[in-house]
Amino acid sequence: MIDLEFLINTLSLGSLYALLALGLVLVYGILKLVNFAYGEYIMIGGYGLYFSATVLHLPWWATMLFAVLAAVVTSYLTELAAFRPVRNKSANALIVTSFAVSIFLQNAVLILVSPRARAVQLPAVFSRTVSIAGATTPVRNLIIIGTTVVVLVALSVLMKRTVLGMAMRAAAEKFTTTRLMGVPANLVISAAFIISGLLAGIASIFWIGRSASVDPVTGSAPLLIAFIATVMGGMHSPTGAVVGGFVYGLLFNILSITLPAGMISYRDAFMFVIVVLFLLFRPEGIIKGGYTEERVG
Amino acid sequence: MPMLTVENLMASYGVVRALHGISLEVNEGELVALLGVNGAGKSTTLKSITGVLRPVKGTITFLGKEITNRTPEFIVKQGISLVPEGRDIFGQLTVEENLRLGAFVSYERDRYKADLKEIFELFPILEERFTQAGGLLSGGEQQMLAIARAMMAHPKLLMLDEPSLGLSPTMTDQIFVLIKRLREMGSTILLVEQNAERALEIVERAYLLGNGEVEFAGTAEDLKHKVDIASVYFGGDDAQKAGVTL
Ligand SMILES: Nc1ncnc2c1ncn2[C@@H]1O[C@H](COP(=O)(O)OP(=O)(O)OP(=O)(O)O)[C@@H](O)[C@H]1O
Ligand SMILES: [Mg+2]
Repeated sequence: MIDLEFLINTLSLGSLYALLALGLVLVYGILKLVNFAYGEYIMIGGYGLYFSATVLHLPWWATMLFAVLAAVVTSYLTELAAFRPVRNKSANALIVTSFAVSIFLQNAVLILVSPRARAVQLPAVFSRTVSIAGATTPVRNLIIIGTTVVVLVALSVLMKRTVLGMAMRAAAEKFTTTRLMGVPANLVISAAFIISGLLAGIASIFWIGRSASVDPVTGSAPLLIAFIATVMGGMHSPTGAVVGGFVYGLLFNILSITLPAGMISYRDAFMFVIVVLFLLFRPEGIIKGGYTEERVG
Repeated sequence: MPMLTVENLMASYGVVRALHGISLEVNEGELVALLGVNGAGKSTTLKSITGVLRPVKGTITFLGKEITNRTPEFIVKQGISLVPEGRDIFGQLTVEENLRLGAFVSYERDRYKADLKEIFELFPILEERFTQAGGLLSGGEQQMLAIARAMMAHPKLLMLDEPSLGLSPTMTDQIFVLIKRLREMGSTILLVEQNAERALEIVERAYLLGNGEVEFAGTAEDLKHKVDIASVYFGGDDAQKAGVTL
């Protein structure tokens, strides 16, 4: 049953979900905040694609760059304007702030652009199909897998080999002690938001690419996936997020081929059942350990 | 002018007042002890000096510059490093990474290499464990790492919060020998200890804290004579009766 097509499908879906989950966990690691505005960075990335293509008429590669940049800038600005002022307050204040940011961004787009969906065109190469050893797959799937490999390698080099990466890992473990080394709190937190935005931006290209449209609530589904993937994989390390993303992709694809046709549309319900089972029997996720629970303060 | 001056420092945790206006000084080149029973306010004093805890009132001056209410990262840059209570090394990071972060404020490639060499001479075990996760070290080794990490910043003032806590007698001896040696090498040190007898053997001056106030300040000799240390440290309520509030 495990044929090449299934494998490529699962790897590409898992890659996308891993990127989504990773962006959420990086900020969680340092601020201990599940950032509910994370989906909106993806949504803004989508509008970045739309705007740069339809209004600015940029070439396709530039629209992608523009989308990623839009997500990064949005993520960074929300950190500066919304999260930084409440950082030393309670954990609840941070969560509520992230809801507020999410609602604000959705409504801003709704008012400034339109409540209706906008069509987003990705280059034709994305939807072309290729055959590898008898398996047929859209090129898009291969691009997702390749991009994810590059992103994961780059991120792990950043985290392991640079002082900024060391400081971020240290801050995820012991925030106050990291500041006692002279590492500015703002530096590691901003870096986390910027990288989170970068991942959201890259993921947005593939996410929006699948539906070929974007609307103000486009971000809620990827946020949910990122959240579920991190619950399964483990909130407490980037590795957990990546593992969770791939496990989510695998389970989702298994459900897609095993469920009878009439029940396919209930796939998400099944995913929720699985999450509930995780929360009941393995609340720490597949990958234990990693970040501690010390809050910024 | 003293290197560090703390004046009338008051600090609270929420509604709980932990320091009721303490004052102390550390001069350049001195080794000063801050003593007191559990809960006396020793760590709170260090947390206030390092900027981890915002004082309610009072001023802290370091090298002529007021550092009250500044951020921890700013204060480290001015030259104050802390070896925190309970070591507080980064367990997930390697020994190497712990030391590299210790050098965050002072990093220069050549000096860093030279510093590492020096650290390895003081603590050969850290060279052996260089690429291992800090969390895998024993308690004593972690304490050495914590001290080495603080030294990497070339602090003008080194503050140690109960470095001997939880260590074996041999390890404790080693730590005290090391502190003495650092002192001889010219470091200025503020040492927090519960082990008053040991501390008084190596320091010049000491402050005795109790209930968030300075109960006694003077030379190590004075403190040894005037305060019946045994009663303070083993007596609980007897401590008050023994007349610690001099
Ligand atoms: N995080 C905190 N929240 C609330 N109260 C605290 C906190 N930390 C310390 N305290 C209280 O402040 C007072 C002083 O504590 P501090 O940690 O400074 O004592 P200490 O002299 O360092 O004691 P020890 O020798 O046990 O380390 C104590 O009464 C303690 O209960
Ligand atoms: Mg203490």
